[in-house]
Amino acid sequence: MEETITKSDIIKPENLVYKKTDLMTDNVLSYCPGCGHGTTHRIIMETIEEMGVQKDTIGIAPVGCSVLAYEFMNIDMQQAAHGRAPALATAIKRLLPYKTVFTYQGDGDLAAIGTAETIHAANRGENITIIFINNGIYGMTGGQMAPTTLEGMKSSTTPYGRDWEMMGHPLKITELLAQLPGTYFVSRQAVHTPANVRKTKKAIRNAFELQKLNRGMTFVEVVSNCNSGWKMTPVQANQWMVENMFPFYPLGDIKVDGELVKK
Amino acid sequence: MAKVIGEIVVDIERCKGCEVCLDACPTQTIAMVDEVNGKGYHYMQNIHNACTGCTNCAIVCPDGVITVYRVKV
Ligand SMILES: Cc1ncc(C[n+]2csc(CCOP(=O)(O)OP(=O)(O)O)c2C)c(N)n1
Ligand code: SF4
Ligand code: SF4
Ligand code: SF4
Repeated sequence: MEETITKSDIIKPENLVYKKTDLMTDNVLSYCPGCGHGTTHRIIMETIEEMGVQKDTIGIAPVGCSVLAYEFMNIDMQQAAHGRAPALATAIKRLLPYKTVFTYQGDGDLAAIGTAETIHAANRGENITIIFINNGIYGMTGGQMAPTTLEGMKSSTTPYGRDWEMMGHPLKITELLAQLPGTYFVSRQAVHTPANVRKTKKAIRNAFELQKLNRGMTFVEVVSNCNSGWKMTPVQANQWMVENMFPFYPLGDIKVDGELVKK
Repeated sequence: MAKVIGEIVVDIERCKGCEVCLDACPTQTIAMVDEVNGKGYHYMQNIHNACTGCTNCAIVCPDGVITVYRVKV
């Protein structure tokens, strides 16, 4: 019986279990092979599809590799000046409070040039969601040191590794934001394995659902790779991320229902 | 006993050959092929016909190029 089953018996619409969501456009992603930006885009769009809020969601694209996020996400989007996404999201959410509003920002965008916008939007308790892609580097411009760059980590501007005496300490902006009374849900996740992708998707779903309660900012960090900037293959970069990024940026929920669950 | 058989369809021209999917496959049925696509990337295929349709590869593929089918037999 089994032998009689051919590929064409299996590949039929009624047997479909997974396909790329239509909320991702058919444009070819501008990201390097193996970059976590693509995976993160897709699960945000899957979440929006599953919640049935495609028409009621507005995303803000940042400056950085994901500057073209609006070309890939099939929803209403606006693109902000470098680091200013939380300010733009604040305006959009205040004008259209019934919309689900989120920003999508890299660590250079969110934790360097946009630090003020990020912290003040969080402290004001704006009812927006921030998805923060932390790859420890400025990806788009050639792998320069970011505030998030690990101690000892090599980048194009720290060829001998980041030395904190000269360049300061890496910034755990997510833990910092969790301290502010304006944040309601804060979580750190990753997208390098199927299990992690599922957890991240759950955190994003949570963040979007909680946004409707109007209790403050919901924030999901995704620790990701920049294999080009790190000068590794995608598989090596994910391994390096597990060994080096996760000990400093541990995964899991940091603030739940407005209460810190992890320092 | 009911058994499931899966099959994947890879959008070959959009695969970037990153190999992130390989480790995610519990049956190790997928591999990069020697041929290259129009962009010059070796692309991924189900070469050992042992797919169970678990969707793991599709879920981690950054470019979303994998479609998964599954039947019970
Ligand atoms: C006002 C301004 N300053 C500097 C730049 C140059 N710039 C473009 S992207 C970028 C860094 C982006 O890094 P990150 O936010 O970490 O995103 P990634 O590219 O790593 O995803 C910089 C500094 C700019 N476009 N505008
Ligand atoms: S430069 Fe880095 S962050 Fe940008 S697309 Fe390439 S791997 Fe991703
Ligand atoms: S669906 Fe599962 S079993 Fe099939 S190729 Fe993908 S990871 Fe392997
Ligand atoms: S993860 Fe996707 S893009 Fe990367 S090799 Fe596998 S099928 Fe190709």
